[in-house]
Amino acid sequence: MKKITNKIRRLIVTMHSKSFASHSGSALSIVDILAVLYCKVLNVDPSNPLDINRDRFILSKGHGSSALYSTLAYCGFFDPKVLNGYHTDGGTLPGHLDKESAPGIEVSTGSLGHGLSIGVGMAIASKLDKIDNKIVVLCGDGEINEGSIWEAIMFAPQKKLDNLILIIDYNKLQSFGRTNEVINLEPLKKKFESFNWNAIEIDGHNVKEIEDALLSETSKPKVIIANTIKGKGVSYMENQFIWHYKSPNEEQLIQAYRELE
Amino acid sequence: MRDAFIKTLIEEARKNENIYLITPDLGFSVLEEFAAEFPDRFMNVGIAEANAVNIAAGLALSGKIVYIYSIIPFITMRPFEQIRVNLAYMNTNVRLVGVGAGLTYAYLGATHHAIEDLAIMRSLPNMTVFSPSDPWEVKCAIKESVGHNGPIYFRLGKKGEPVISNTKSKFSFKKANFIKYGDDVNILFTGNASDIAMEVYDSLIKDNIRGVNLISIHTIKPFDSNLINQIIQAGKPIFTIEEHSIIGGLGSIVSEYIAESDQNPIFKRFALPDEYSHFVGSQKYLREKLGFTSKKIIEDIEKLI
Repeated sequence: MKKITNKIRRLIVTMHSKSFASHSGSALSIVDILAVLYCKVLNVDPSNPLDINRDRFILSKGHGSSALYSTLAYCGFFDPKVLNGYHTDGGTLPGHLDKESAPGIEVSTGSLGHGLSIGVGMAIASKLDKIDNKIVVLCGDGEINEGSIWEAIMFAPQKKLDNLILIIDYNKLQSFGRTNEVINLEPLKKKFESFNWNAIEIDGHNVKEIEDALLSETSKPKVIIANTIKGKGVSYMENQFIWHYKSPNEEQLIQAYRELE
Repeated sequence: MRDAFIKTLIEEARKNENIYLITPDLGFSVLEEFAAEFPDRFMNVGIAEANAVNIAAGLALSGKIVYIYSIIPFITMRPFEQIRVNLAYMNTNVRLVGVGAGLTYAYLGATHHAIEDLAIMRSLPNMTVFSPSDPWEVKCAIKESVGHNGPIYFRLGKKGEPVISNTKSKFSFKKANFIKYGDDVNILFTGNASDIAMEVYDSLIKDNIRGVNLISIHTIKPFDSNLINQIIQAGKPIFTIEEHSIIGGLGSIVSEYIAESDQNPIFKRFALPDEYSHFVGSQKYLREKLGFTSKKIIEDIEKLI
């Protein structure tokens, strides 16, 4: 898996370096999760991306788009050359997700706090249609400041949505500072447990832990609190708040490639 | 209108198992029959409008045709950005059904009045905005809405409105509904201003103004451009009546067409003033206090023509 995640991370830093787009750190923190999802867990088929029985993945933190684009390209949903059109004049991949832009993108996101309730709707539809699939939603940690997320957190157990998985990318940095200095989310796991979710806390860069958590049996909606590092994989970006905004210059890109070989 | 809505929706739901109904905890004494007949296709999501809109979008992305029922400000303005992104931008098959057009919920106060909704909803790309004037238009539009691709906003009154349409007419979202035909004056109205529009019509006819076109503009968006352009070219006076703010509704739309035309017909908008009501009283009382009455409109029209 390390080879795969390094490859995806190389694609990401290249995209950000070329396009001068923000959010490189935000994308790098979720690569291991996306790689496990798309390579090992999700029932999705690049040759039939709209299969009615497929699992659904919603990247609610749409600013991590380059991670999803890279993973989808790596998995064959579209030609990796399409990645050259990220966040650039005449390109096809906008900074935040547009579901019309490429195969495999289930939901248009970019405004925070929407994905979980959309996932609830999809999970209810699957139950209604007796489709045995998983609906996986990935939110940023800062994103759960949004009140609408808590509407969905309250509601999912009401419908016993055991087909719904929420992953929180808990890198502890949001756009204006450290999460515990803006709105302290702790005790996060206990909060979810008290809302009647099955809560699991893992290392969000340990592929075995990610896979086990995703596949573990549950009778309730499941939240995976993934402790991650913003900018993971590129030493000068790791845990550095500024990489919510910056893109690597040529020299930094070469160093990133070296670290991601 | 709300009775026509739920009755028609139940009929359609019997024929189409993809129809789904959501409420954010409103609709007591309206939605029970649907809930009893289709328990798997009805859901109260609690007092959480953002959640309601997004769950509806999620269901729609999985192939359902989802209606959400609530009072207008709570289903349009509270979750507006959810509507923008997950209904309009993604062009999903969600239908927002709002009750309480204009001053319908007069006594309840301005939190429950709906005077800005047409302006904001018509600014959304992909959104169809439907503002019916009687139960017949509601019935026809609900039927048509089932097969429509993209989101729709229904601006309903409450209950007890009379049928004023010719029920043998052919209904289409694309065509305005002629209630009366005439050549001398055009009165365009929308939604729950129908009673005022009828009173104005009756008075003008009684006062020997020969012909009045009385037209229900049930679809605010997409607008019946052919009709309005023909009316403008005919050069006769045009008046608009709506129980909505003077800003951004039917009158504004017609103004835009006139401003870009090569004609300069006599034209005036009749609507609610740009203010929140701090008066307490019935819909009739509030209309009087806010200067939105058939008497005032008739006086103004007679001065102008």
